[in-house]
Amino acid sequence: MGRQVSGPIPDTSVFDLRLSRRGRRLNKLCEALCSPQERDAFKRDEEAFMSRFGLTEGEKRLIRERNFQGLIDAGMNIYSMLKVGSATGNGLYKMGAQMRGETYEQFLSTRNISGAT
Amino acid sequence: MGRIVGGIGLSHVPSVGPVVDRKRTQEPAWKPLFDGYVPVREWLASLKPDVAIVVYNDHVADFTFDKYPTFALGVAESYAIGDEGFGTRPLPAVAGDVELSTHLAESLVYEHEFDLTLCQELAVEHGFLVPMNLCFPHAGDRWPVKAIPLQVNVIQHPLPTARRCYRLGEALRAAVESFPGDSRVVVMGTGGMSHQLQGKRFGFMNESFDQWFLDQLERDAPGLADITHQRIMEEAGAEAVELIMWLTMRGAAHGKRVHRHYYAPMTTGMGLIAFEG
Repeated sequence: MGRQVSGPIPDTSVFDLRLSRRGRRLNKLCEALCSPQERDAFKRDEEAFMSRFGLTEGEKRLIRERNFQGLIDAGMNIYSMLKVGSATGNGLYKMGAQMRGETYEQFLSTRNISGAT
Repeated sequence: MGRIVGGIGLSHVPSVGPVVDRKRTQEPAWKPLFDGYVPVREWLASLKPDVAIVVYNDHVADFTFDKYPTFALGVAESYAIGDEGFGTRPLPAVAGDVELSTHLAESLVYEHEFDLTLCQELAVEHGFLVPMNLCFPHAGDRWPVKAIPLQVNVIQHPLPTARRCYRLGEALRAAVESFPGDSRVVVMGTGGMSHQLQGKRFGFMNESFDQWFLDQLERDAPGLADITHQRIMEEAGAEAVELIMWLTMRGAAHGKRVHRHYYAPMTTGMGLIAFEG
């Protein structure tokens, strides 16, 4: 780890090469969602799309359940996850509320100016 | 010769993009941010820059983890608007400056020993485009300045150190100054400030850290370059580590501070600081 990243930070994931390796299949799937055709394919048949990228059963379950903290722990990068979020109707703040264990409304009530969305 | 005429550190929050596209900038929740840029745009207009060098990070749009460069410089005639998973924004492609970027590549690699990835094709996304929207709004099908993207890995550790980013800025300044053509250059360091987008600490912000960072960037940037990734992530959130790119800007722009602004409505401390060249 060394001086730059010296230890775990509570309630925080640090996306490094080990996590990136673990999440390789998941991140490849997300990267594909940067094309409108692939987004359509994902929305049309999510199961087939996940199989195409060789996801394990555990990884597929995390996507099926929209388990965003689980996906982060499985190595999905947060910026990759925004693409899956968008394709499934879950914007950043919805995903964030879930990761905090709050409803969307509860989360918004914690913000300084919640209209800036 | 080339000249650095200004440097700007600023956040590149993605939600700003649709606000610009849908002309919502005067809504009460957004007006304070855009008001902060009014004097900055006037100042920029008075500088008459030819080129903006935008130090930014891609967010898994055109750079993917199969191969992820630590530093990548655009050397293209034009940069397409990328699709980062939500469709392509209705913006004109961004004209590059092939002469200057070729010179920067040669100078940075040969003279300053920064071994860059060089990009003949590069699609730019919010990390690059939001700062352009805020500082150099486009009119019709063109932007008021040419631009050169300089992409930094701030998302897959190991990242370059803050010190390395600062040195890259110093090298960038020397490289611009050795350009034989007349070119007035603004350098933008983008990203941050405090924010975390995952885990139970999602939404974490720390205004006192952000204000301290702005103070130090102005008063003692070489000292600030000692900061570790760990300290930034602990005190300002994991995704705040983007702030190391502001040190590249400050390594290039040494003049006095002329503007400063801060607004933190939702999940990111949106900072702005501008220096003379």
